[in-house]
Amino acid sequence: MKPQALIAGVHEFPERKTTKSMLEIQALSARAALEDAGLTKSDVDGYFTVASNPGIGPLPIVDYLNLNPKYIDGTTIGGSSFVAHVNHAAAAIAEGRCRVALITYGSTSRSSGVAVGTRERISGDYLDQFEALFGTSTVGLYAMVARRHMHEYGTTSEQLAEIAVATRTHASLNPLALYRDPISVADVLKSPMISAPLHLLDCCVITDGGGALVVVHPDLARDLRKAPVRLLGSAEAIAHTSAGRRDFLVSAAAESGPRAFAEAGVSPRDVQMAMIYDSFTITVLVTLEDLGFCKKGQGGAFVSGGRIALGGELPINTDGGGLSSNHPGMRGIFLVVEAVKQLRGECGERQVKDCRVALVHGTGGALGNRHSGATLILGRN
Amino acid sequence: MTEYTKPLPEITAESKPFWDACARHELLVQECRACRAVQYYPRGVCAACWSADVEYKRSTGRGRVYTFTVTHRTQARGFRDELPYVLAWIELDEGVQVMSNIVGVDPATVKIGMPVRVTFDDVKEGLSIPKFTAA
Repeated sequence: MKPQALIAGVHEFPERKTTKSMLEIQALSARAALEDAGLTKSDVDGYFTVASNPGIGPLPIVDYLNLNPKYIDGTTIGGSSFVAHVNHAAAAIAEGRCRVALITYGSTSRSSGVAVGTRERISGDYLDQFEALFGTSTVGLYAMVARRHMHEYGTTSEQLAEIAVATRTHASLNPLALYRDPISVADVLKSPMISAPLHLLDCCVITDGGGALVVVHPDLARDLRKAPVRLLGSAEAIAHTSAGRRDFLVSAAAESGPRAFAEAGVSPRDVQMAMIYDSFTITVLVTLEDLGFCKKGQGGAFVSGGRIALGGELPINTDGGGLSSNHPGMRGIFLVVEAVKQLRGECGERQVKDCRVALVHGTGGALGNRHSGATLILGRN
Repeated sequence: MTEYTKPLPEITAESKPFWDACARHELLVQECRACRAVQYYPRGVCAACWSADVEYKRSTGRGRVYTFTVTHRTQARGFRDELPYVLAWIELDEGVQVMSNIVGVDPATVKIGMPVRVTFDDVKEGLSIPKFTAA
């Protein structure tokens, strides 16, 4: 069944460091995304966000926003959550459970001084006793995948650095991006080693931030302020330790990607630009392989020579990504915001020419133990 | 013994046999009596068939480095004083992967495929944490 949902409104909270609270960020973003859609607060009947409060999920933010949704989803699967929310909103809309789904995110990781990547990764569950005792950080878990990729396929630090360089080029065209000064491959390689083989500039930034998305029933198309973007295909998957027999070079994208493409009836060749979750450079490389943009093991060559930069064969992360623009902890919502703006032709200097089909892929959790993947294929309506 | 400032396991009834064995310097994996699947980490059911009839087996404690990272900067408790340290996935001879540290070797000499054996970090009375070193 083809999905029956439109993305009608988007908003990215512009600040990278803020004095506003995570609830305020979400309220301001929700208002702006609804305005972008040409809809109002009273139109919202479905609400989706991550469970930042253990045990009660969306309750405080629904209270704060004074909403009365008929459909609530607090799916929390890491940075890909908001990408998965679009998939869930489309399902709820197709089933008649709601017609205007609001998705929001807000975080103050930077102003509250959270060492997102280098602190020990403790989830408070049974699995901690087998994994969290060893100086196990998020960057360390991704670094182990990078090391294995280098071992099996000869991928180099220079090739990983190409991803950071292309992304910074894009950030230089985004007035909101945290870092806008161009960098070279050499700059990445001489930046401090965090967890080998990942250098500081292989890692995403830490910012505050947030945003909102409005997903609606296709019947509402004529009531919207702008030409909406259509959800062509969507899918999600989880990859984990598989009882101790995991090929850590294969991510959840290897499952969610082909299913989303099949639902959309398109292939990687039909995609003009892609928003690929870039917690670290290795995340992008593995994801591009698993989505079928190149063969497994050839990601290093694929990302080199400007192919993933604006003007290349497949521009990715045109907003400057998590590597240079913003990463408040869970970046998935920004992937959707930028893809929608590209399809609408609103990206100014960083606009991809004749952008008709865009791909979004969120990765949440860590490639080196367990993570979620959520893929969307979006097109002009 | 110097004070151990790294995280400690929160041992439950489900994992107690595993940690009791560690205290005896034995590393255990599990095998399912119903489908014979071998698994790590230990749990109350077989991950392959969900049978609750799983038994512990002593591992040889030997294997190879599947992948690793040498960490130079961290905020992880107890590890900041030991930089650089090695975090690794080890593939045991039984075919299952175990996350741990590689200790007692120069981090610069660690390689994927390197043979390793288990060694136990005696943290306190009755509690030892499995780590690996060059075999």
